[in-house]
Amino acid sequence: MKIRVLGSGCAKCKTLEERIRHLVEKHQLPIEVEKVTDLQEIMKYGILMTPGLVIDGVVKSVGSIPKDDQLLTWMKGASS
Amino acid sequence: MNKVLERYPIGSLVTFLPMWVLLYLTLQSIANAIVSLLGLPPTERITEAVRFFIFETPKVMLLLTIVVFVVGIVRTYFSPERTRKILVGKSLFVGNVLASMLGIVTPFCSCSAIPLFIGFVEAGVPLGVTFSFLVAAPMINEIAVVLLFGLFGWQTALLYVSTGFLIAISSGYVIGRLKVERFVEQWVFEVHSASGVIEESVVTFRDRIQSGYEAVKDIVGKVWPYIIVGIGVGAGIHGYVPEDFMANLMGKSVWWSVPVAVLIGVPLYSNAAGIIPIVHALLEKGASLGTTLAFMMAVIGLSLPETIILRKVLKMPLIFIFIGVVATGIIMVGYVFNVVY
Repeated sequence: MKIRVLGSGCAKCKTLEERIRHLVEKHQLPIEVEKVTDLQEIMKYGILMTPGLVIDGVVKSVGSIPKDDQLLTWMKGASS
Repeated sequence: MNKVLERYPIGSLVTFLPMWVLLYLTLQSIANAIVSLLGLPPTERITEAVRFFIFETPKVMLLLTIVVFVVGIVRTYFSPERTRKILVGKSLFVGNVLASMLGIVTPFCSCSAIPLFIGFVEAGVPLGVTFSFLVAAPMINEIAVVLLFGLFGWQTALLYVSTGFLIAISSGYVIGRLKVERFVEQWVFEVHSASGVIEESVVTFRDRIQSGYEAVKDIVGKVWPYIIVGIGVGAGIHGYVPEDFMANLMGKSVWWSVPVAVLIGVPLYSNAAGIIPIVHALLEKGASLGTTLAFMMAVIGLSLPETIILRKVLKMPLIFIFIGVVATGIIMVGYVFNVVY
């Protein structure tokens, strides 16, 4: 499973990345986390706000930081 | 507290609203009671300063909380995606008016200016219409409106909103007429984003109310120190600095004060909560309304950081056109106010 956090330099983008890395570590999930800061790469996903959260190629959330249990559901759901 | 809000959003609302109203209505008497409890000498400057602080701070906080809450709910109805859909292919003028209105209610952060700009242009929103949105979104924001309303009355708040709106419409219109597409970086047109991959989640009314709470936590949680410091400064100078202190510098009779205020304001960057206390101090000390509003619009509407971000998608000539057109609009508004008031 691959998670990409899309965002160049906004405060929420940083928080989201940290949150996800923290959850991955805490629950020992087999997930690869990547932060994408390149604008052209970000725009390929067609998002209008950052941060964007992409799980296995699907944009899950835009412009907000989802709650931990929501994140976990996504992270566990797709990896099993 | 958080858990309660999360589990019973509507129930909490029913509890909080009457409390809010009650508190707001009794605020003046509570403030007076506290002042008399403190045993300060009546009619002294210090007493008036303390009274001002004790009354204004909770008043502005209460107003801010309710407005941020309502705006938080309203914004759940307007996503940038929906706004874009409305604006695609709209003609100039009609598009500029719509974009300026939507700029007020669509969630926007200047850190997202680039994705939004590219997304709009790529989907076929005219350049001038996109600019109307980019001008209105930061300039007309709920914090500015609440603070102006709370500290100067509804006339000033309305004036600010309507002139901000006019500036957004006209600068977007002018930029649209100038045909500046060639000054947009080429790569913007080469982006082909996959649209429609974003999962739409069902939003219930409960969710919307929760977004309101989150907006309050997020925004009020961030700006309250500015507001307290700002009102404190306001209270401090209330009786101490002479009334006409700024009149010679920023008064009506000084013809160059408006452009100079804008010139100083453009590179400065502050959020609305940070700038209003300064506005308050300036107005109270004899600066004219037009000059002060122009300064405020220049500070929160145009900023160096946002311009640097926009440089990634706009070539230098267009950056200058953008700043020039918006600054001209602000200067005109400043002069009009100075003449009318």
